[in-house]
Amino acid sequence: MYKYSDFDEAFVRQRNAQFRQQVERRVSGALTEEEFRPLRLMNGLYLQLHAYMLRVAIPYGTLSSAQMRQLALIAERWDKGYGHFTTRQNIQFNWPKLTDVPDMLDALGDVGMHAIQTSGNTIRNVTADHFAGAAADEIEDPRPTAELIRQWSTDHPEFQFLPRKFKIGVTGSPNDRAVTRSHDIGLRIVRGSGGRTGYEVLVGGGLGRTPMVAQVIRPFLKKADLLPYLEAIVSTYNLMGRRDNKYKARIKITVFENGMEKFRDAVDARFEQVKREFTGVDPAILAKIEHSFAPPAFRSAPGGGYETARKADPVFRAWTETNLVEHRAPGHAIVTVSLKAHGATPGDASAAQMRLLADLADKYSHGELRISHEQNVVLPHVHKSDLWALHAALKTQGLATANIGLVSDIIACPGMDYCALATARSIPIAQGIATHFKAIGLEEEIGALKIKISGCINACGHHHVGHIGILGLDRAGVENYQITLGGDHTENLTLGERAGPGFAYDEVVPAIERLLRAYLALRDDKAETFLEAYRRLGAEPFKAALYPAEAARDAA
Amino acid sequence: MSRAFTPKVVTANALIEGDVVYLTADDRWTRDHAEAELIEDEAHAQLRLLRADRQRDIVVGAYLADARQGAGGPEPVHFREAFRTRGPSNYPHGKQEAGHV
Repeated sequence: MYKYSDFDEAFVRQRNAQFRQQVERRVSGALTEEEFRPLRLMNGLYLQLHAYMLRVAIPYGTLSSAQMRQLALIAERWDKGYGHFTTRQNIQFNWPKLTDVPDMLDALGDVGMHAIQTSGNTIRNVTADHFAGAAADEIEDPRPTAELIRQWSTDHPEFQFLPRKFKIGVTGSPNDRAVTRSHDIGLRIVRGSGGRTGYEVLVGGGLGRTPMVAQVIRPFLKKADLLPYLEAIVSTYNLMGRRDNKYKARIKITVFENGMEKFRDAVDARFEQVKREFTGVDPAILAKIEHSFAPPAFRSAPGGGYETARKADPVFRAWTETNLVEHRAPGHAIVTVSLKAHGATPGDASAAQMRLLADLADKYSHGELRISHEQNVVLPHVHKSDLWALHAALKTQGLATANIGLVSDIIACPGMDYCALATARSIPIAQGIATHFKAIGLEEEIGALKIKISGCINACGHHHVGHIGILGLDRAGVENYQITLGGDHTENLTLGERAGPGFAYDEVVPAIERLLRAYLALRDDKAETFLEAYRRLGAEPFKAALYPAEAARDAA
Repeated sequence: MSRAFTPKVVTANALIEGDVVYLTADDRWTRDHAEAELIEDEAHAQLRLLRADRQRDIVVGAYLADARQGAGGPEPVHFREAFRTRGPSNYPHGKQEAGHV
């Protein structure tokens, strides 16, 4: 894993010392809130509905066991004993006191972490495939690229006041688990002619108020050209992007309004200029970073009773069927630890859970953990002979739920339980769906399904790309939920279609049940997933299930 | 005829803790919505908001929120303001934990 250089360390320490003084000046009254607000946002500190919230960057979703342990300590010492893992692979602490935040930032600095650029109109924390460096289908580990971008974009003097926030996602696998097509810039590591790897560069994706699928701006970019090309895109956007209207300020609107051809020409012209200013130091740095992401020494050992345990224990077997993914190294598995126990808050982990995960990472996964954008924790490198013991240990802290990819593995933003921007709650909707489908025993029968819930139009909960998306709105002073169908978050990114009028808060779970019972009745066989059935049959039969009164009237 | 004025309370977040506070008639900041001053006059509401805005060492982001008279004092009208009087629905944290509700 990448370790902070002396430069990184000194920079973070200096920023923390500055922020400590800024907090002191705010408390003394020397700074007004108007003056202080941009300073706190630059350091990831928001003021939410009930309290401050500190958003900590987890670059490309990778954590060491020591870092996870420190997050547990922070949660316990300065928060209410838990943290919330987000859809951008960050962690949010929901209850810090303003005067404690400098100490929290110092504690993060002790383990090479910070909250810089987790807010504001800058290049945000770079996200990546949560199975990076472990997945069997991977062309190349995307994290060295993401780390290079982190170093280039952190405190980049030209890009601190962009028209709007800017998000970059990287995948090294053709099976896109990083939702690159929903990013301002998406990078896909691809193999070019002659077998050399480079990047397919996508631009102009985004969810939110105006969802758009990113388009290819450059089918193949040489690795050595990455930073000058990114610099060209972002500086072109910095000038061409709109600043007159916040809702039209993202690069997706810049590309849409100008057209890809014009935008590409402007980027290419800028690239020619910028390229000369890059002296080639960046490929050298990339090579050094790549070295620090060298895979651990995977052990070559027999399965050690794994198959026997699967046969003997149906609970363990069910967990292995849902929570494991094929690893590149023989005899190993990628383990996804569900933070979606039925009825729990999606993405929340207690300090005790974080400590256990850190210990288990040390014991079974070469000290590494990942946070997925689907708000689960990944132990990327587990030998199959350790899975039985790992599963038993996970059970002790309620972390052995066998539901990855099922109806209860729901993405949900914090919604109006925490967020000042939210228009409705998300968390209790997710809890309601998860507990209901467990109670009626249909979860396994329904199979693969992605439900994604956002508590406002900004779409932190990725509702547009859920097979079933739920968007919470305020309709005349009452919570109301719109349902979208047919979204897809993968390399075939598809935006779901709105099914019809919204549902009241307590109508959502029954509506989802009608929808999924219709799917069970309509599918060809158990192998046909909800999304496949939707694509085969179209929206109509599903709309009829959601709105039975309208369907009956139309039929009359 | 002008539209009838919906009664208001002045609300904000405490500077240090960040939790929700309300301005009382005797110029204190309370954590309890029922103790807030229910303002029934638009001009008075603006004056009270100005007064809150000047207390920048104590509170952040003061604004006027719709409210109505209830049995035990002013009550919120909108669900967002109702949540702000309690805390989140997934844990007993926030005001509900402190026993203000």
